[in-house]
Amino acid sequence: MQLSNKKIFRYLIPTFLVILYVGYASLNVYGHEGHADSTQIQGVEANHDAHADHNQEASAHADATHAEANHDGAAHEEGKVDAGKLIMEHIADAHDWHIATIGESHISIPLPVIIKDDSGLKIFSSSRFGHGHEVYEGYKLHEGKIVAVNADGTENHEASFIDFSITKNVAAMFIAVFLLLWIMLGVAKHYTVNKNKAPKGLNNLIESLIIFIRDEVAKPSIGPKYEKFLPYLLTIFFFIFFNNILGLVPFFPGGANVTGNIAITLVLALFTFFITSFNGNKSYWGHIFMPPGVPKGLWILLVPIEIIGMLNKPIVLMIRLFANITAGHIIILGFFSLIFIFGAMNAYLGFGVSILSVAFTTFMSFLELLVAFLQAYVFTLLSSLYFGSAVEEHHHEEHH
Amino acid sequence: MELVKPGLGLIFWMTLTFSLVLFILSKFAWKPILNSIREREDSINNALNAAEDARKQMDALKSDNEKLLQQARLERDAMLKEAKEMKEEIISTAKKSADDEARRIVASANESIESAKLKALNELKTQVAELSVDLAEKVLRRKMNDRAEQEAFVNENLKSITLN
Repeated sequence: MQLSNKKIFRYLIPTFLVILYVGYASLNVYGHEGHADSTQIQGVEANHDAHADHNQEASAHADATHAEANHDGAAHEEGKVDAGKLIMEHIADAHDWHIATIGESHISIPLPVIIKDDSGLKIFSSSRFGHGHEVYEGYKLHEGKIVAVNADGTENHEASFIDFSITKNVAAMFIAVFLLLWIMLGVAKHYTVNKNKAPKGLNNLIESLIIFIRDEVAKPSIGPKYEKFLPYLLTIFFFIFFNNILGLVPFFPGGANVTGNIAITLVLALFTFFITSFNGNKSYWGHIFMPPGVPKGLWILLVPIEIIGMLNKPIVLMIRLFANITAGHIIILGFFSLIFIFGAMNAYLGFGVSILSVAFTTFMSFLELLVAFLQAYVFTLLSSLYFGSAVEEHHHEEHH
Repeated sequence: MELVKPGLGLIFWMTLTFSLVLFILSKFAWKPILNSIREREDSINNALNAAEDARKQMDALKSDNEKLLQQARLERDAMLKEAKEMKEEIISTAKKSADDEARRIVASANESIESAKLKALNELKTQVAELSVDLAEKVLRRKMNDRAEQEAFVNENLKSITLN
Protein backbone atom coordinates (compact mmCIF):
# COMPACT_ATOMS: atom_id res chain seq x y z
CA MET A 1 0.00 0.00 0.00
CA GLN A 2 2.67 2.38 1.08
CA LEU A 3 4.93 1.39 -1.74
CA SER A 4 2.29 1.85 -4.40
CA ASN A 5 1.48 5.31 -3.04
CA LYS A 6 5.09 6.27 -3.24
CA LYS A 7 5.35 5.05 -6.80
CA ILE A 8 2.31 7.00 -7.83
CA PHE A 9 3.71 10.20 -6.38
CA ARG A 10 7.07 9.58 -7.90
CA TYR A 11 5.60 9.57 -11.37
CA LEU A 12 2.58 11.78 -10.91
CA ILE A 13 4.29 14.90 -9.65
CA PRO A 14 7.00 15.24 -12.28
CA THR A 15 4.44 14.52 -14.99
CA PHE A 16 2.20 17.16 -13.55
CA LEU A 17 5.03 19.67 -13.35
CA VAL A 18 5.96 19.01 -16.96
CA ILE A 19 2.40 19.61 -18.10
CA LEU A 20 2.20 22.84 -16.15
CA TYR A 21 5.55 23.96 -17.47
CA VAL A 22 4.51 23.40 -21.06
CA GLY A 23 1.26 25.20 -20.42
CA TYR A 24 3.05 28.11 -18.80
CA ALA A 25 5.61 28.37 -21.57
CA SER A 26 3.07 28.25 -24.39
CA LEU A 27 0.85 30.79 -22.65
CA ASN A 28 3.74 33.17 -22.31
CA VAL A 29 4.87 32.76 -25.86
CA TYR A 30 1.37 33.32 -27.06
CA GLY A 31 1.00 36.36 -24.86
CA HIS A 32 4.09 37.99 -26.27
CA GLU A 33 3.57 37.52 -29.96
CA GLY A 34 1.87 40.88 -30.18
CA HIS A 35 4.92 42.58 -28.75
CA ALA A 36 7.61 41.02 -30.84
CA ASP A 37 9.40 44.34 -31.15
CA SER A 38 10.56 44.30 -27.56
CA THR A 39 14.05 43.01 -26.93
CA GLN A 40 13.12 41.73 -23.49
CA ILE A 41 10.31 39.63 -24.79
CA GLN A 42 12.59 37.83 -27.16
CA GLY A 43 14.68 37.05 -24.16
CA VAL A 44 11.65 35.74 -22.33
CA GLU A 45 10.80 33.63 -25.32
CA ALA A 46 14.25 32.21 -25.29
CA ASN A 47 13.62 31.31 -21.66
CA HIS A 48 10.44 29.56 -22.55
CA ASP A 49 12.08 27.49 -25.17
CA ALA A 50 14.56 26.44 -22.57
CA HIS A 51 11.82 25.82 -20.03
CA ALA A 52 9.89 23.78 -22.49
CA ASP A 53 12.90 21.55 -22.82
CA HIS A 54 12.74 21.04 -19.05
CA ASN A 55 16.37 21.83 -18.89
CA GLN A 56 16.73 23.90 -15.82
CA GLU A 57 20.41 24.43 -16.25
CA ALA A 58 19.93 25.74 -19.71
CA SER A 59 17.09 27.89 -18.49
CA ALA A 60 19.17 29.30 -15.71
CA HIS A 61 21.92 29.98 -18.15
CA ALA A 62 19.62 31.66 -20.60
CA ASP A 63 18.19 33.73 -17.81
CA ALA A 64 21.54 34.76 -16.56
CA THR A 65 22.87 35.81 -19.93
CA HIS A 66 19.65 37.45 -20.81
CA ALA A 67 19.48 39.33 -17.55
CA GLU A 68 22.99 40.51 -18.02
CA ALA A 69 22.23 41.79 -21.48
CA ASN A 70 19.26 43.65 -20.10
CA HIS A 71 21.10 45.14 -17.23
CA ASP A 72 23.95 46.41 -19.28
CA GLY A 73 21.80 47.53 -22.15
CA ALA A 74 18.45 49.21 -22.08
CA ALA A 75 18.09 48.88 -18.30
CA HIS A 76 14.45 48.92 -17.12
CA GLU A 77 12.15 49.73 -19.92
CA GLU A 78 9.02 51.35 -18.65
CA GLY A 79 6.17 48.87 -18.16
CA LYS A 80 8.04 45.80 -19.30
CA VAL A 81 8.42 42.81 -17.07
CA ASP A 82 11.25 40.36 -17.31
CA ALA A 83 9.80 37.22 -15.76
CA GLY A 84 12.90 35.12 -16.22
CA LYS A 85 15.11 37.56 -14.40
CA LEU A 86 12.55 38.05 -11.66
CA ILE A 87 12.18 34.34 -11.07
CA MET A 88 15.88 33.68 -11.13
CA GLU A 89 16.50 36.50 -8.69
CA HIS A 90 13.96 34.98 -6.34
CA ILE A 91 15.27 31.46 -6.39
CA ALA A 92 18.94 32.38 -6.35
CA ASP A 93 20.92 33.32 -3.27
CA ALA A 94 21.40 37.01 -2.48
CA HIS A 95 23.41 39.27 -0.21
CA ASP A 96 20.38 41.24 0.90
CA TRP A 97 16.91 40.11 1.78
CA HIS A 98 14.49 41.84 -0.51
CA ILE A 99 11.14 42.32 1.17
CA ALA A 100 9.14 44.63 -1.09
CA THR A 101 9.43 47.27 -3.77
CA ILE A 102 7.10 50.20 -3.40
CA GLY A 103 7.27 52.46 -6.40
CA GLU A 104 10.97 52.95 -7.01
CA SER A 105 12.19 52.32 -3.49
CA HIS A 106 13.31 48.86 -2.47
CA ILE A 107 12.78 47.63 1.04
CA SER A 108 15.40 45.08 1.85
CA ILE A 109 17.47 43.89 4.78
CA PRO A 110 21.20 44.15 4.14
CA LEU A 111 23.02 41.02 5.27
CA PRO A 112 26.59 40.78 6.50
CA VAL A 113 29.31 40.07 3.97
CA ILE A 114 32.23 37.97 5.15
CA ILE A 115 35.15 37.62 2.76
CA LYS A 116 38.33 35.70 3.39
CA ASP A 117 41.18 36.69 1.09
CA ASP A 118 44.96 37.12 1.23
CA SER A 119 44.70 40.22 3.38
CA GLY A 120 42.54 38.51 6.01
CA LEU A 121 38.90 38.44 7.00
CA LYS A 122 36.66 41.29 5.85
CA ILE A 123 33.28 41.73 7.48
CA PHE A 124 30.91 44.51 6.46
CA SER A 125 27.29 45.10 5.59
CA SER A 126 26.13 44.34 2.07
CA SER A 127 24.51 47.80 2.02
CA ARG A 128 28.02 49.12 1.33
CA PHE A 129 27.67 47.79 -2.19
CA GLY A 130 24.75 50.14 -2.82
CA HIS A 131 22.70 47.47 -4.64
CA GLY A 132 25.54 46.56 -6.92
CA HIS A 133 26.46 50.07 -7.90
CA GLU A 134 29.43 50.67 -5.60
CA VAL A 135 32.81 49.12 -5.03
CA TYR A 136 33.85 48.47 -1.43
CA GLU A 137 37.17 47.10 -0.16
CA GLY A 138 38.01 45.97 -3.68
CA TYR A 139 34.78 43.99 -4.17
CA LYS A 140 31.46 44.67 -5.81
CA LEU A 141 28.20 42.87 -6.48
CA HIS A 142 27.64 41.55 -9.95
CA GLU A 143 24.38 39.73 -10.60
CA GLY A 144 24.04 39.16 -6.88
CA LYS A 145 27.48 37.58 -6.64
CA ILE A 146 30.53 39.16 -5.06
CA VAL A 147 33.38 39.68 -7.49
CA ALA A 148 36.83 41.14 -6.94
CA VAL A 149 37.53 44.45 -8.66
CA ASN A 150 40.85 45.77 -9.88
CA ALA A 151 42.07 49.25 -9.04
CA ASP A 152 40.86 50.55 -12.39
CA GLY A 153 37.33 49.29 -11.80
CA THR A 154 37.36 46.24 -14.05
CA GLU A 155 36.34 42.83 -12.69
CA ASN A 156 39.15 40.57 -11.63
CA HIS A 157 38.13 36.94 -12.11
CA GLU A 158 41.53 35.57 -11.13
CA ALA A 159 41.45 36.97 -7.60
CA SER A 160 41.28 34.23 -4.99
CA PHE A 161 38.90 34.84 -2.12
CA ILE A 162 36.26 32.84 -0.30
CA ASP A 163 32.84 34.28 0.25
CA PHE A 164 31.58 33.24 3.70
CA SER A 165 28.81 35.81 3.72
CA ILE A 166 25.61 35.33 5.63
CA THR A 167 23.50 35.29 2.50
CA LYS A 168 19.75 35.19 2.23
CA ASN A 169 19.78 31.39 2.26
CA VAL A 170 22.05 31.25 5.28
CA ALA A 171 19.86 33.73 7.12
CA ALA A 172 16.70 31.85 6.14
CA MET A 173 18.30 28.63 7.24
CA PHE A 174 19.20 30.22 10.58
CA ILE A 175 15.60 31.27 11.03
CA ALA A 176 14.36 27.78 10.17
CA VAL A 177 16.91 26.24 12.50
CA PHE A 178 15.94 28.64 15.26
CA LEU A 179 12.29 27.66 14.82
CA LEU A 180 13.22 23.99 14.68
CA LEU A 181 15.27 24.16 17.87
CA TRP A 182 12.68 26.26 19.64
CA ILE A 183 9.81 23.91 18.81
CA MET A 184 11.72 20.67 19.35
CA LEU A 185 13.36 21.70 22.60
CA GLY A 186 9.99 22.97 23.80
CA VAL A 187 8.41 19.65 22.93
CA ALA A 188 11.28 17.79 24.60
CA LYS A 189 10.86 19.87 27.74
CA HIS A 190 7.18 19.08 27.79
CA TYR A 191 8.04 15.40 27.76
CA THR A 192 10.46 15.63 30.64
CA VAL A 193 7.98 17.67 32.68
CA ASN A 194 4.86 15.62 31.97
CA LYS A 195 6.38 12.19 32.02
CA ASN A 196 4.10 9.33 30.96
CA LYS A 197 1.16 11.66 30.36
CA ALA A 198 -0.84 11.81 27.18
CA PRO A 199 0.64 14.39 24.78
CA LYS A 200 -1.38 17.40 23.77
CA GLY A 201 -1.29 20.34 21.40
CA LEU A 202 1.88 20.73 19.39
CA ASN A 203 3.34 17.64 21.01
CA ASN A 204 0.69 15.53 19.34
CA LEU A 205 1.63 16.82 15.90
CA ILE A 206 5.35 16.42 16.44
CA GLU A 207 4.95 13.08 18.12
CA SER A 208 2.85 11.68 15.30
CA LEU A 209 5.54 12.74 12.83
CA ILE A 210 8.29 11.28 15.00
CA ILE A 211 6.42 8.01 15.36
CA PHE A 212 5.73 8.03 11.62
CA ILE A 213 9.45 8.39 10.89
CA ARG A 214 10.31 5.75 13.48
CA ASP A 215 7.69 3.14 12.61
CA GLU A 216 7.10 3.71 8.89
CA VAL A 217 10.53 4.84 7.73
CA ALA A 218 13.33 3.77 10.06
CA LYS A 219 12.10 0.41 11.37
CA PRO A 220 11.07 -1.22 8.08
CA SER A 221 14.02 0.03 6.03
CA ILE A 222 16.89 -0.26 8.50
CA GLY A 223 15.83 -3.20 10.61
CA PRO A 224 16.77 -3.92 14.20
CA LYS A 225 19.63 -1.39 14.29
CA TYR A 226 17.36 1.53 13.49
CA GLU A 227 17.76 3.31 16.83
CA LYS A 228 21.29 4.39 16.05
CA PHE A 229 20.17 6.30 12.94
CA LEU A 230 16.89 7.64 14.25
CA PRO A 231 18.25 10.99 15.56
CA TYR A 232 19.84 11.75 12.19
CA LEU A 233 16.73 10.73 10.25
CA LEU A 234 14.50 12.86 12.45
CA THR A 235 16.87 15.80 12.10
CA ILE A 236 17.00 15.71 8.30
CA PHE A 237 13.28 15.15 8.07
CA PHE A 238 12.37 18.14 10.20
CA PHE A 239 15.19 20.29 8.82
CA ILE A 240 14.05 19.74 5.24
CA PHE A 241 10.39 19.96 6.16
CA PHE A 242 10.79 23.25 8.04
CA ASN A 243 12.88 24.80 5.31
CA ASN A 244 10.46 23.61 2.61
CA ILE A 245 7.47 25.02 4.46
CA LEU A 246 9.21 28.31 5.23
CA GLY A 247 10.18 28.53 1.57
CA LEU A 248 6.49 28.52 0.69
CA VAL A 249 5.71 31.49 2.93
CA PRO A 250 5.66 34.34 0.43
CA PHE A 251 6.98 37.11 2.72
CA PHE A 252 9.75 37.59 5.28
CA PRO A 253 10.97 35.43 7.07
CA GLY A 254 10.00 32.86 4.46
CA GLY A 255 10.31 32.76 0.74
CA ALA A 256 13.97 31.87 0.55
CA ASN A 257 14.82 28.91 -1.61
CA VAL A 258 16.94 27.11 0.97
CA THR A 259 16.24 23.47 0.18
CA GLY A 260 16.17 24.41 -3.50
CA ASN A 261 19.81 25.41 -3.28
CA ILE A 262 22.26 22.82 -4.46
CA ALA A 263 24.82 23.62 -1.76
CA ILE A 264 22.30 22.78 0.98
CA THR A 265 21.16 19.56 -0.63
CA LEU A 266 24.79 18.68 -1.33
CA VAL A 267 25.68 18.92 2.34
CA LEU A 268 22.63 16.90 3.36
CA ALA A 269 23.42 14.24 0.78
CA LEU A 270 27.06 14.14 1.92
CA PHE A 271 25.96 13.63 5.51
CA THR A 272 23.86 10.66 4.41
CA PHE A 273 26.72 9.36 2.29
CA PHE A 274 29.29 9.59 5.06
CA ILE A 275 27.00 8.05 7.65
CA THR A 276 26.26 5.22 5.21
CA SER A 277 29.94 4.70 4.48
CA PHE A 278 31.09 4.83 8.10
CA ASN A 279 28.43 2.34 9.13
CA GLY A 280 28.93 0.04 6.17
CA ASN A 281 29.63 -3.47 7.44
CA LYS A 282 31.65 -6.22 5.87
CA SER A 283 28.87 -7.46 3.64
CA TYR A 284 28.08 -3.92 2.41
CA TRP A 285 31.63 -3.27 1.26
CA GLY A 286 31.93 -6.86 0.15
CA HIS A 287 29.01 -6.41 -2.20
CA ILE A 288 30.71 -3.39 -3.73
CA PHE A 289 34.31 -4.55 -4.06
CA MET A 290 33.86 -8.31 -4.19
CA PRO A 291 30.36 -8.93 -5.57
CA PRO A 292 29.38 -12.38 -4.30
CA GLY A 293 28.05 -15.05 -6.58
CA VAL A 294 29.77 -13.63 -9.63
CA PRO A 295 32.79 -15.08 -11.48
CA LYS A 296 35.96 -13.21 -10.54
CA GLY A 297 36.52 -12.19 -14.16
CA LEU A 298 33.38 -10.10 -14.11
CA TRP A 299 34.59 -8.09 -11.12
CA ILE A 300 36.47 -5.79 -13.48
CA LEU A 301 33.11 -4.90 -14.95
CA LEU A 302 30.96 -5.00 -11.83
CA VAL A 303 33.12 -3.23 -9.29
CA PRO A 304 33.20 0.10 -11.18
CA ILE A 305 29.43 -0.17 -11.63
CA GLU A 306 28.96 -0.84 -7.94
CA ILE A 307 31.18 2.12 -7.05
CA ILE A 308 29.26 4.37 -9.40
CA GLY A 309 26.04 3.08 -7.85
CA MET A 310 27.34 3.87 -4.39
CA LEU A 311 28.33 7.41 -5.39
CA ASN A 312 25.17 7.83 -7.38
CA LYS A 313 22.94 7.52 -4.33
CA PRO A 314 23.91 10.83 -2.68
CA ILE A 315 23.91 12.60 -6.05
CA VAL A 316 20.37 11.46 -6.69
CA LEU A 317 19.36 12.61 -3.21
CA MET A 318 20.96 15.99 -3.82
CA ILE A 319 19.39 16.59 -7.21
CA ARG A 320 15.94 15.29 -6.33
CA LEU A 321 15.42 17.67 -3.44
CA PHE A 322 17.04 20.61 -5.22
CA ALA A 323 15.07 20.16 -8.44
CA ASN A 324 11.73 19.52 -6.78
CA ILE A 325 11.85 22.55 -4.55
CA THR A 326 13.31 24.85 -7.18
CA ALA A 327 10.75 23.72 -9.72
CA GLY A 328 7.97 24.44 -7.26
CA HIS A 329 9.27 27.94 -6.65
CA ILE A 330 9.68 28.58 -10.37
CA ILE A 331 6.14 27.48 -11.14
CA ILE A 332 4.54 29.58 -8.45
CA LEU A 333 6.61 32.62 -9.39
CA GLY A 334 5.85 31.95 -13.03
CA PHE A 335 2.13 32.12 -12.42
CA PHE A 336 2.54 35.39 -10.59
CA SER A 337 4.77 36.77 -13.30
CA LEU A 338 2.00 36.07 -15.79
CA ILE A 339 -0.11 38.72 -14.07
CA PHE A 340 2.56 41.36 -14.57
CA ILE A 341 3.48 40.31 -18.06
CA PHE A 342 -0.12 40.60 -19.16
CA GLY A 343 -0.61 43.66 -16.96
CA ALA A 344 2.22 45.39 -18.79
CA MET A 345 0.46 44.78 -22.10
CA ASN A 346 -2.95 45.83 -20.87
CA ALA A 347 -4.15 46.58 -17.35
CA TYR A 348 -7.48 44.83 -17.89
CA LEU A 349 -5.82 41.79 -19.39
CA GLY A 350 -3.52 41.61 -16.38
CA PHE A 351 -6.51 41.82 -14.08
CA GLY A 352 -8.24 39.03 -15.97
CA VAL A 353 -5.19 36.84 -15.97
CA SER A 354 -4.67 37.47 -12.25
CA ILE A 355 -7.85 35.52 -11.44
CA LEU A 356 -6.56 32.52 -13.33
CA SER A 357 -3.07 32.96 -11.93
CA VAL A 358 -4.21 33.18 -8.35
CA ALA A 359 -6.38 30.10 -8.82
CA PHE A 360 -3.49 28.17 -10.29
CA THR A 361 -1.05 29.43 -7.69
CA THR A 362 -3.39 28.44 -4.88
CA PHE A 363 -3.64 25.00 -6.37
CA MET A 364 0.12 24.84 -6.87
CA SER A 365 0.71 26.01 -3.32
CA PHE A 366 -1.37 23.13 -2.02
CA LEU A 367 0.60 20.80 -4.22
CA GLU A 368 3.80 22.37 -2.94
CA LEU A 369 2.69 21.80 0.64
CA LEU A 370 2.37 18.16 -0.27
CA VAL A 371 5.72 18.24 -2.03
CA ALA A 372 7.31 19.95 0.99
CA PHE A 373 6.28 17.01 3.14
CA LEU A 374 6.84 14.42 0.46
CA GLN A 375 10.39 15.50 -0.38
CA ALA A 376 11.36 15.57 3.28
CA TYR A 377 9.82 12.11 3.60
CA VAL A 378 11.51 10.79 0.45
CA PHE A 379 14.91 12.14 1.49
CA THR A 380 14.52 10.54 4.91
CA LEU A 381 13.21 7.29 3.48
CA LEU A 382 16.02 6.96 0.94
CA SER A 383 18.62 7.84 3.56
CA SER A 384 17.25 5.15 5.83
CA LEU A 385 17.20 2.66 2.96
CA TYR A 386 20.88 3.40 2.33
CA PHE A 387 21.62 2.97 6.04
CA GLY A 388 19.63 -0.23 5.94
CA SER A 389 21.74 -1.57 3.08
CA ALA A 390 24.89 -0.56 4.97
CA VAL A 391 24.04 -2.41 8.18
CA GLU A 392 22.11 -5.32 6.70
CA GLU A 393 23.46 -8.74 7.60
CA HIS A 394 23.62 -11.21 4.73
CA HIS A 395 23.30 -14.68 6.10
CA HIS A 396 23.75 -16.36 2.75
CA GLU A 397 27.36 -15.16 2.69
CA GLU A 398 28.67 -18.56 3.83
CA HIS A 399 27.92 -20.20 0.50
CA HIS A 400 30.26 -18.03 -1.49
CA MET B 1 24.75 27.50 -14.46
CA GLU B 2 24.77 29.63 -11.33
CA LEU B 3 21.87 27.57 -10.02
CA VAL B 4 23.72 24.25 -9.97
CA LYS B 5 27.07 25.58 -8.76
CA PRO B 6 27.23 25.06 -5.02
CA GLY B 7 28.65 28.10 -3.23
CA LEU B 8 31.50 27.41 -0.85
CA GLY B 9 30.26 29.86 1.77
CA LEU B 10 26.84 28.28 1.83
CA ILE B 11 28.36 24.81 2.11
CA PHE B 12 30.43 26.02 5.03
CA TRP B 13 27.52 27.57 6.87
CA MET B 14 25.24 24.66 6.09
CA THR B 15 27.75 22.09 7.35
CA LEU B 16 28.36 24.06 10.51
CA THR B 17 24.70 24.76 11.20
CA PHE B 18 23.52 21.31 10.34
CA SER B 19 26.16 19.64 12.49
CA LEU B 20 25.17 21.84 15.42
CA VAL B 21 21.48 21.20 14.84
CA LEU B 22 22.10 17.49 14.57
CA PHE B 23 24.08 17.51 17.79
CA ILE B 24 21.70 19.69 19.78
CA LEU B 25 18.55 17.97 18.60
CA SER B 26 19.98 14.49 19.09
CA LYS B 27 21.10 15.26 22.61
CA PHE B 28 18.40 17.54 23.90
CA ALA B 29 15.33 16.80 21.80
CA TRP B 30 15.24 13.38 20.17
CA LYS B 31 16.75 11.53 23.09
CA PRO B 32 14.25 12.68 25.74
CA ILE B 33 11.35 12.59 23.28
CA LEU B 34 12.11 9.11 21.98
CA ASN B 35 12.86 7.87 25.47
CA SER B 36 9.64 9.15 26.91
CA ILE B 37 7.66 7.88 23.94
CA ARG B 38 9.21 4.47 24.44
CA GLU B 39 8.61 4.63 28.17
CA ARG B 40 5.02 5.59 27.63
CA GLU B 41 4.54 2.83 25.09
CA ASP B 42 6.11 0.41 27.52
CA SER B 43 3.90 1.57 30.35
CA ILE B 44 0.83 1.30 28.13
CA ASN B 45 1.89 -2.15 27.05
CA ASN B 46 2.56 -3.10 30.64
CA ALA B 47 -0.80 -1.78 31.72
CA LEU B 48 -2.50 -3.73 28.94
CA ASN B 49 -0.57 -6.84 29.83
CA ALA B 50 -1.40 -6.38 33.49
CA ALA B 51 -5.06 -5.97 32.63
CA GLU B 52 -4.89 -9.10 30.53
CA ASP B 53 -3.17 -10.94 33.36
CA ALA B 54 -5.74 -9.72 35.83
CA ARG B 55 -8.49 -10.87 33.52
CA LYS B 56 -6.85 -14.25 33.18
CA GLN B 57 -6.40 -14.48 36.93
CA MET B 58 -10.00 -13.58 37.45
CA ASP B 59 -11.02 -16.21 34.94
CA ALA B 60 -8.84 -18.69 36.76
CA LEU B 61 -10.37 -17.66 40.08
CA LYS B 62 -13.80 -17.96 38.61
CA SER B 63 -13.12 -21.42 37.29
CA ASP B 64 -11.54 -22.30 40.63
CA ASN B 65 -14.64 -21.11 42.40
CA GLU B 66 -16.74 -23.08 40.00
CA LYS B 67 -14.63 -26.11 40.70
CA LEU B 68 -14.87 -25.60 44.43
CA LEU B 69 -18.60 -25.19 44.18
CA GLN B 70 -18.85 -28.30 42.11
CA GLN B 71 -16.73 -30.15 44.61
CA ALA B 72 -18.83 -28.91 47.48
CA ARG B 73 -21.95 -29.96 45.69
CA LEU B 74 -20.52 -33.42 45.07
CA GLU B 75 -19.43 -33.67 48.67
CA ARG B 76 -22.84 -32.65 49.88
CA ASP B 77 -24.45 -35.22 47.62
CA ALA B 78 -22.07 -37.86 48.86
CA MET B 79 -22.77 -36.91 52.45
CA LEU B 80 -26.49 -37.02 51.88
CA LYS B 81 -26.15 -40.39 50.25
CA GLU B 82 -24.04 -41.65 53.09
CA ALA B 83 -26.51 -40.37 55.63
CA LYS B 84 -29.33 -42.04 53.79
CA GLU B 85 -27.44 -45.29 53.69
CA MET B 86 -26.63 -45.00 57.33
CA LYS B 87 -30.26 -44.34 58.15
CA GLU B 88 -31.36 -47.31 56.16
CA GLU B 89 -28.74 -49.44 57.75
CA ILE B 90 -29.75 -48.31 61.20
CA ILE B 91 -33.37 -48.99 60.44
CA SER B 92 -32.63 -52.38 59.03
CA THR B 93 -30.39 -53.29 61.95
CA ALA B 94 -33.05 -52.12 64.35
CA LYS B 95 -35.66 -54.12 62.51
CA LYS B 96 -33.49 -57.16 62.53
CA SER B 97 -32.71 -56.88 66.21
CA ALA B 98 -36.41 -56.35 66.96
CA ASP B 99 -37.25 -59.45 64.93
CA ASP B 100 -34.60 -61.41 66.77
CA GLU B 101 -35.89 -60.15 70.08
CA ALA B 102 -39.44 -61.07 69.19
CA ARG B 103 -38.37 -64.45 67.99
CA ARG B 104 -36.37 -64.94 71.12
CA ILE B 105 -39.34 -63.90 73.27
CA VAL B 106 -41.66 -66.24 71.39
CA ALA B 107 -39.12 -69.01 71.68
CA SER B 108 -38.68 -68.45 75.39
CA ALA B 109 -42.47 -68.26 75.77
CA ASN B 110 -42.85 -71.55 73.96
CA GLU B 111 -40.14 -72.99 76.09
CA SER B 112 -41.82 -71.85 79.27
CA ILE B 113 -45.16 -73.12 78.01
CA GLU B 114 -43.54 -76.48 77.28
CA SER B 115 -41.91 -76.58 80.64
CA ALA B 116 -45.18 -75.55 82.34
CA LYS B 117 -46.99 -78.28 80.41
CA LEU B 118 -44.37 -80.80 81.44
CA LYS B 119 -44.63 -79.61 84.98
CA ALA B 120 -48.40 -79.83 84.83
CA LEU B 121 -48.21 -83.33 83.37
CA ASN B 122 -45.75 -84.33 86.03
CA GLU B 123 -48.05 -82.85 88.66
CA LEU B 124 -50.96 -84.62 87.08
CA LYS B 125 -49.03 -87.84 87.11
CA THR B 126 -48.20 -87.40 90.76
CA GLN B 127 -51.81 -86.48 91.59
CA VAL B 128 -53.10 -89.46 89.61
CA ALA B 129 -50.70 -91.65 91.47
CA GLU B 130 -51.75 -90.12 94.77
CA LEU B 131 -55.42 -90.45 93.89
CA SER B 132 -54.84 -94.00 92.79
CA VAL B 133 -53.04 -94.68 96.02
CA ASP B 134 -55.88 -92.95 97.97
CA LEU B 135 -58.43 -94.91 96.11
CA ALA B 136 -56.60 -98.11 96.62
CA GLU B 137 -56.30 -97.23 100.31
CA LYS B 138 -60.10 -96.59 100.52
CA VAL B 139 -60.78 -99.83 98.72
CA LEU B 140 -58.50 -101.66 100.97
CA ARG B 141 -60.09 -100.04 104.11
CA ARG B 142 -63.62 -101.15 103.23
CA LYS B 143 -62.35 -104.70 102.91
CA MET B 144 -64.70 -105.69 100.41
CA ASN B 145 -65.41 -109.26 99.65
CA ASP B 146 -68.00 -108.86 97.13
CA ARG B 147 -66.84 -108.68 93.77
CA ALA B 148 -69.85 -106.91 92.41
CA GLU B 149 -69.62 -104.53 95.23
CA GLN B 150 -66.03 -104.00 94.45
CA GLU B 151 -66.71 -103.27 90.95
CA ALA B 152 -69.55 -100.88 91.76
CA PHE B 153 -67.23 -99.16 94.17
CA VAL B 154 -64.46 -98.83 91.63
CA ASN B 155 -66.83 -97.50 89.08
CA GLU B 156 -68.31 -95.11 91.64
CA ASN B 157 -64.81 -93.82 92.47
CA LEU B 158 -63.86 -93.75 88.91
CA LYS B 159 -66.86 -91.49 88.24
CA SER B 160 -65.77 -89.18 90.98
CA ILE B 161 -62.32 -88.93 89.46
CA THR B 162 -62.50 -86.33 86.82
CA LEU B 163 -59.42 -85.38 85.12
CA ASN B 164 -59.48 -81.90 86.29
